Amino acid sequence: MSILVIVEHDNGTVNAATLNTVAAAQAIGGDIHALVSGHNCSTAAEAAAAIAGISKVIVSDAAENANGLAENIAPLIAGMADSYSHILAPATTYGKNILPRVAALSDTAQISDIIAVIDKDTFQRPIYAGNALATVRSGDALKIITVRSTAFEAVADTGGTATIEQIDAAGDAGLSSFEKSELSKSERPELTSAGIVVSGGRGMQDGSNFGMLEKIADKLGAAVGASRAAVDAGFVPNDYQVGQTGKVVAPDLYMAVGISGAIQHLAGMKDSKVIVAINKDDEAPIFQVADYGLVADLFDAVPELDTELG
Amino acid sequence: MKILVPVKRVIDYNVKVRVKPDQSGVELTNVKMAMNPFDEIAVEQALRIKEAGKADEIVLVSVGPSQSQETIRTGLAMGADRGIHIEADQDIEPLAVAKLLKAVVKKESPGLVICGKQAIDDDSNQTGQMLSALLGWAQATFASSVDLGSEKAKIIREVDGGLEHIEVVLPAVITVDLRLNEPRYASLPNIMKAKKKPIDSLSVDELSVDATPRLKVLKVEEPAARSAGIKVRSVAELVDKLKNEAKVI
Ligand SMILES: Cc1cc2nc3c(=O)[nH]c(=O)nc-3n(C[C@H](O)[C@H](O)[C@H](O)COP(=O)(O)OP(=O)(O)OC[C@H]3O[C@@H](n4cnc5c(N)ncnc54)[C@H](O)[C@@H]3O)c2cc1C
Ligand SMILES: Nc1ncnc2c1ncn2[C@@H]1O[C@H](COP(=O)(O)O)[C@@H](O)[C@H]1O
Repeated sequence: MSILVIVEHDNGTVNAATLNTVAAAQAIGGDIHALVSGHNCSTAAEAAAAIAGISKVIVSDAAENANGLAENIAPLIAGMADSYSHILAPATTYGKNILPRVAALSDTAQISDIIAVIDKDTFQRPIYAGNALATVRSGDALKIITVRSTAFEAVADTGGTATIEQIDAAGDAGLSSFEKSELSKSERPELTSAGIVVSGGRGMQDGSNFGMLEKIADKLGAAVGASRAAVDAGFVPNDYQVGQTGKVVAPDLYMAVGISGAIQHLAGMKDSKVIVAINKDDEAPIFQVADYGLVADLFDAVPELDTELG
Repeated sequence: MKILVPVKRVIDYNVKVRVKPDQSGVELTNVKMAMNPFDEIAVEQALRIKEAGKADEIVLVSVGPSQSQETIRTGLAMGADRGIHIEADQDIEPLAVAKLLKAVVKKESPGLVICGKQAIDDDSNQTGQMLSALLGWAQATFASSVDLGSEKAKIIREVDGGLEHIEVVLPAVITVDLRLNEPRYASLPNIMKAKKKPIDSLSVDELSVDATPRLKVLKVEEPAARSAGIKVRSVAELVDKLKNEAKVI
């Protein structure tokens, strides 16, 4: 049987995490189909058809699918489940919202946030904020899985030649409606796929001080992230949060500035290749995971770093 | 209106979790346990709704071993009215928890269920969505603002790109995110009062739910540790290391 990958998109472009999800599907092995459910989403469907490794794109284009409301999309996916051995979605807020609903409608357990495929029934996933890794085998005929994008190397978004097929939507469940979104606009790379991330914590003291980190980020082509404390204090918006309950990142370089290194924060960044910590407290736990630690007042170190980077 | 709040007993978030040497799970003996932090936020939200005169009773439900009653007591001390404990000794997966909660919803007919978005032990982030599906209700996940009307609720959700505003028909399942509110501490008089509040006990069998696990945990391992790094003495040295040693900038 085939594998179905749920494509995350905004009706125009495909979200990068989908490419990592396709990679996880390839690790399972088999024919891979992709579902694009949206409204006026033909551009997204074509983008999905160009992804390497997908043989068929199934499109459900309807007004009630426009904003990814789980009540409308989950029945559609559950209705397709009989034809598939595995259904995969990225472990983004989009995937986490929809997939458990599909799992319940299909009377199937969900395996959340996998970081490795052992075989077609067996997967590895972090538990306890990544302090333990569980290997679990599913006894269900259907496997419903969300995929941690940082654990799988993205497939190419070009070179694919999938066929495109239309199916009907499941209709409007009449349970929920979308009003608006307030999306953070930024010219910087997206946090979860950036090669370099510069994050600030409570030590930044103020939202305006994040301007210092942004300057550095722009010199390095980096994304800007934050700890929960910095978000809670209102320094930066919620979508900057890195951690167990925020975003998981694994860039080549992660710089933690004025962040203590609580386990919940480490859960979101400790798989980064190189970690730098700037903190004035030489006992801060962040130094236990940092490849390069600088004990300094960030209000001296960050401007100096800015100068050094030229 | 009645509000149902499912609360889970988990290892306290401050505890450094240790994997058992035989790889069968994590060490739970003599480890400090607490209410899942997201569930405290859910209880707090229910209390605020009741205090605003929009609900008259808050019922807490916990599925787990007998000590889960302590978790229920914690919520009762915050101000919830009564508890339901569903006794279960083995690990109950989110799908089975959702089925048990559905059975409780059928008995209790709440107008709203408020869950945490995620239990910080299994990090599943599934139960609320599953319950909502089983009930055929609306779901509002990752809520950072809840504005309850009589037939609908306006919710602001924390999503990857920022915030999303939706409206859901009631009854609904809401799952709460960190920034919805700051949970209160229980006062001493309320802790005393909570001792007298009722907790009913039910068994999985009484609720006619098949809670047999679908997933088999083959092993639980420690993640690979990062090797200790070095301290640099200056910003210049840091930049030099990043350029010439790590070659990441
Ligand atoms: C359920 C739950 C979920 C959570 N999820 C997350 C999550 O997803 N992500 C997350 O990040 N946290 C999360 N947390 C919170 C986490 O436990 C910590 O509270 C948080 O990460 C602390 O943020 P911080 O390091 O910025 O602040 P603090 O711990 O206050 O650390 C600030 C640091 O800045 C340093 N500092 C201060 N001033 C200066 C200066 N001038 N120069 C240099 N250094 C300075 C200090 O030495 C200190 O180490 C969660 C907590 C709970 C309970
Ligand atoms: N055993 C349980 N008892 C009561 N509530 C639970 C239980 N497991 C999960 N929940 C609820 O479901 C939420 C999400 O849990 P999970 O899907 O396991 O991440 C929690 O925050 C609780 O509100």
